[in-house]
Amino acid sequence: MRRVVITGMGIYSCIGTTIEEVKKSLYEGTSGIVVDPERKEFGYRSALTGTVPTPNLKKELTRRQRMSFGSESEYAYIATKQAFEQAKVDQTFLDTQEIGVLFGNDSTAQSVMEAIDKIRIKKDTTLVGSGSVFKSMNSTITMNLSTVFKLKGVNFTISAACASGSHAIGMGYMLIKQGLQDYMICGGGQEINSYAFGSFDGLGVFSTHEENPTQASRPFDSKRDGLVPSGGGAAIFMESYESAVARGATILGEVIGYGFSSNGAHISTPNAEGPSRAMQRAVQQANITPCQIDYVNAHATSTPVGDANEAKAINEVFGDANPYVSSTKSMTGHECWMAGASEIVYSLIMLNNGFIAPNINLETPDEDAAKLNLVKETIDKKIDVFLSNSFGFGGTNSAIVIKKI
Amino acid sequence: METSVIIEKVNAFLIEEFEVEASEIAVEANLQETLDLDSLDYVDLVVAIEASFGVKLIGDDFVGIETFQDFYTLIEKKVNK
Repeated sequence: MRRVVITGMGIYSCIGTTIEEVKKSLYEGTSGIVVDPERKEFGYRSALTGTVPTPNLKKELTRRQRMSFGSESEYAYIATKQAFEQAKVDQTFLDTQEIGVLFGNDSTAQSVMEAIDKIRIKKDTTLVGSGSVFKSMNSTITMNLSTVFKLKGVNFTISAACASGSHAIGMGYMLIKQGLQDYMICGGGQEINSYAFGSFDGLGVFSTHEENPTQASRPFDSKRDGLVPSGGGAAIFMESYESAVARGATILGEVIGYGFSSNGAHISTPNAEGPSRAMQRAVQQANITPCQIDYVNAHATSTPVGDANEAKAINEVFGDANPYVSSTKSMTGHECWMAGASEIVYSLIMLNNGFIAPNINLETPDEDAAKLNLVKETIDKKIDVFLSNSFGFGGTNSAIVIKKI
Repeated sequence: METSVIIEKVNAFLIEEFEVEASEIAVEANLQETLDLDSLDYVDLVVAIEASFGVKLIGDDFVGIETFQDFYTLIEKKVNK
């Protein structure tokens, strides 16, 4: 089995659109949450959301390419470009090597709605234009990235609700580890618009602390009242350790464990047992003990039941090892399909810059969270190994362990 | 609709939506080569024509269309039918 390392990363999120910007936000505990009044008019309970600038890709993509890009593809494209640049992977490299692409994505609501609305009005399917079908399919990100960057390896999208991005990275790691692919670009994308989250809002699981948006997302805090939806794009470039050394690439971290599980229970209510199994499997595969993990980037979305169950699961797996724990969703909100990938990027930034980002808005942890070693303020500390959790509807769970080399 | 108006409106959407330089547009120039059209782009031409003139073309309408002049003439016939 080959060792798998990360040599490039990219991010387009509500706390920054470059690695440097995001590093600053993470270190300073800056929230990216705002109120979008249009959501109220649309019928939302909560107008809270993360927000990102609208990309302008006119100068770098042809009209033909842009016709197939929905917002989630735009975000993923920018993150991917950053990751390639950091990994020193140029188009010649992409043209001469077999690069695989796996991204997490689980909706294209805006593209679907815009097309259907047009057909309803015009009564003519042709008039949605040529790009609509490519924007509307769930695999839109990987079909666009593989086309634009001319990628020739494995190419598909992973849909696993809010664990999509994490599973994409985990599967990419497995492919390289087993020698099936030499290079992988993996990540996640998440659209941000009223169509994307309407039915989610309807479940009553979004925070309604609209009076102070930056304090609305408060994972593990006893006053939490729900998650805040968000989105963007995140990407990492992975290759074998030998390849990275031969290329002289800077190694940002080594993926050493990917654990997965399914709760086999309720479609939306999480439990502790499933996540616990995923974490245990990741730690076992990493061939380390729980006490060797310095930091856990929790999935914790700021929902009452979800955070409590994750706290129970972390306590069960780590016990006295008691690693530092924080949820960067306190700053970013819940980046859903991309969260598993973006939180790997956030944690890699901490790993490479010697700090642990805070779980902001944490005033009084609830009973289960109080047993965790929660990070309320930024800690300047070198960390060697972290574990990142991601869980999703349907009870899908993913845990990834990464260490500094 | 007068020919000059049709040409003006066609050129406007070609410049705006198909991102062709105005200087590249010439009545005898090859439409497909100048706009770098592939099969999907003809769908977008149908959309643009419908949006600009309210008439719907089908794929077969483009058979034999080689120059910008051919294209203008095709649209003029459809619009003034």
